[in-house]
Amino acid sequence: MTAAPDILLEVDKLITSFETDRGMLRAVDQVSFDVPRGKTVGIVGESGCGKSVTAMSIIRLLPQPAGRILGGQVRFNGIDLLRASDAQMQATRGGDIGVIFQEPMTALNPVHRIGRQVAEVFRIHQKLTKRDAWDAATEMLQLVRIPDPARRMMDYPHQLSGGMRQRIVIALALACKPALVIADEPTTALDVTVQAQILDLMRRLQDELGMSIILITHDLGVIAETCDEVVVMYAGRVVERARADALFEHPLHAYTRGLLQSIPTLDTPSKSVLKTIPGMVASLANHVHGCRFCQRMGRSASVPNDRPQLEQVTPGHWVETCPQCYQP
Amino acid sequence: MTATPLLAVDHLRVHFPVRGGILPRHSAALRAVDGVALHIQPGETLGLVGESGCGKSTLGKAIVRLLKPTSGSIRFDATDISTLSQRALRPLRRNFQMIFQDPAESLDPRMSVRAILEEPFIIHGLGDRSSRRLEVNGLLDRVGLPATAGERYSFEFSGGQRQRIGIARALALKPKLIVCDEPVSALDVSVQSQILNLLVELQRDFGLAYLFIAHDLAVVKHVSDRVAVMYLGKLVELAAAETIYRDPRHAYTKALLSAIPSPDPKLKREKILLEGDVPSPIDPPPGSAFGHRMGHPRYAESIGADLSLAQIAPDHWVAADPCCISDEDLATLRRNGASPC
Repeated sequence: MTAAPDILLEVDKLITSFETDRGMLRAVDQVSFDVPRGKTVGIVGESGCGKSVTAMSIIRLLPQPAGRILGGQVRFNGIDLLRASDAQMQATRGGDIGVIFQEPMTALNPVHRIGRQVAEVFRIHQKLTKRDAWDAATEMLQLVRIPDPARRMMDYPHQLSGGMRQRIVIALALACKPALVIADEPTTALDVTVQAQILDLMRRLQDELGMSIILITHDLGVIAETCDEVVVMYAGRVVERARADALFEHPLHAYTRGLLQSIPTLDTPSKSVLKTIPGMVASLANHVHGCRFCQRMGRSASVPNDRPQLEQVTPGHWVETCPQCYQP
Repeated sequence: MTATPLLAVDHLRVHFPVRGGILPRHSAALRAVDGVALHIQPGETLGLVGESGCGKSTLGKAIVRLLKPTSGSIRFDATDISTLSQRALRPLRRNFQMIFQDPAESLDPRMSVRAILEEPFIIHGLGDRSSRRLEVNGLLDRVGLPATAGERYSFEFSGGQRQRIGIARALALKPKLIVCDEPVSALDVSVQSQILNLLVELQRDFGLAYLFIAHDLAVVKHVSDRVAVMYLGKLVELAAAETIYRDPRHAYTKALLSAIPSPDPKLKREKILLEGDVPSPIDPPPGSAFGHRMGHPRYAESIGADLSLAQIAPDHWVAADPCCISDEDLATLRRNGASPC
């Protein structure tokens, strides 16, 4: 099967496992989704559902030696990244695929000046001279709207605020004009006002540079405001996948509904009882083959032990068709 | 105000000395809380919102006297606790408790859950061994944990369950006020709603008052009767929860509200994007801090003006700040004169 021309990235039946004391844990269990060119795809789910592991598998940055990709394909611009050479991967990371990490303080090196760190990307990927790389880096800082970029180039990360540091990390990710940016909880550590600035910046840069974005977050509000398509993950699997407007208007899976109903919004009556999802995210250790959300709801006994299939029920809307959890 | 408030805070300041230079000498003050006045009625929830670094946690800690205020008064049930010694405070402490953001860090990993929950009774010399045992079992049941949880250690529990332990500990001595400092920010959304439901239920059953500190404005609105907005050590607006969301008067409140991402893609609100970050509370601008951040043309007017809260409408107070409220509101405030909340 060849990818349609407007699809930039195709993740197909990706399986990633971690070797632990309790045996192999399957953190990503046959995950499939597409990222169209120039669009933003959100991956949402609670902690431990496999969002970040999915993203890190795409660029093969799993913790070593524990993390292993056991199957599937990740086709990026027609190349299967899972079978690419290490050299090819190194050129791709930071080149065609940029990554924005959650905690900018850990993504930046505290002992080097901002300028050196941003310039390094140009030195490595575009083989620019020191002087040209420095100028290109200053330009990048300008692009991410850092005031007085020439002076900020001489600063160390700790001299900047959280929002400014996140802009630097975005500058690093965008330096080589990547076709795809993977943003792993880019605004989780930030205040709402700064979050609004950063999301607005990413949106404007997307318009200017035409890149695709994979946005990983647990915040459904952020998803609703920024994403074209949404992938909902639960316990290592995709339970629902749809265009953002369709997903928020007609969520089809019980887990998606549960998530949407459990957050208070400004319209929820004060002190009313919020809907909850009983229990917590299933531990990957007690793996069941059947529907994992039924397991959380304590329905394991009453459902067939077959894994529910992810089916396209309306054009562009995919859902795991467990007889209990799929509610059309 | 007819009823006597449970808690009345007035002109509260908490400053931290900043030491700099080669010689460790006192060079400046970090004004974390800089002149705050508020009150909480029995059984009421006052929400407190603001960006990180605005002083909301410091205010919460000062109210339960985990920090010593620099000046001002904190009257709890008409007793001023702001200057009491630790010894004099001890018998009063059972009335005001605190729940922290990170339950993992606020529970001793070497104590069993039972020992953690028993400690308040021992400190206050309440009951004997068997009555304490019953009390702890009752607490565990009240926060939705099995009695067997007592024999385990806090690290064996998930984040949501740990927060339940933190709530049980705060609840132990039947306090009248609980300061909740970001109690659900570290939790997943499905667990967050469980904890919020529990807090609302406990309030109803025990008539608790909460000071609910959080940065998630939708969560704050959900649990609060009134909401106070804090910016750089000062309150800028305070009103009934419904009012503040429907009819914010202060420019900062408006910006904060517009920044909340809404889980509804059809709702495209106009965002007010703020430039820059919260300024440093060391050497804050002399006038309106928010006006200064926005580079407001009327900033000069705010220097030396009284920027404390004044009543604009029934149950609605806002800072009389020429940079941040409409001319109409400013005129109303000046006409009404001082009416502290």
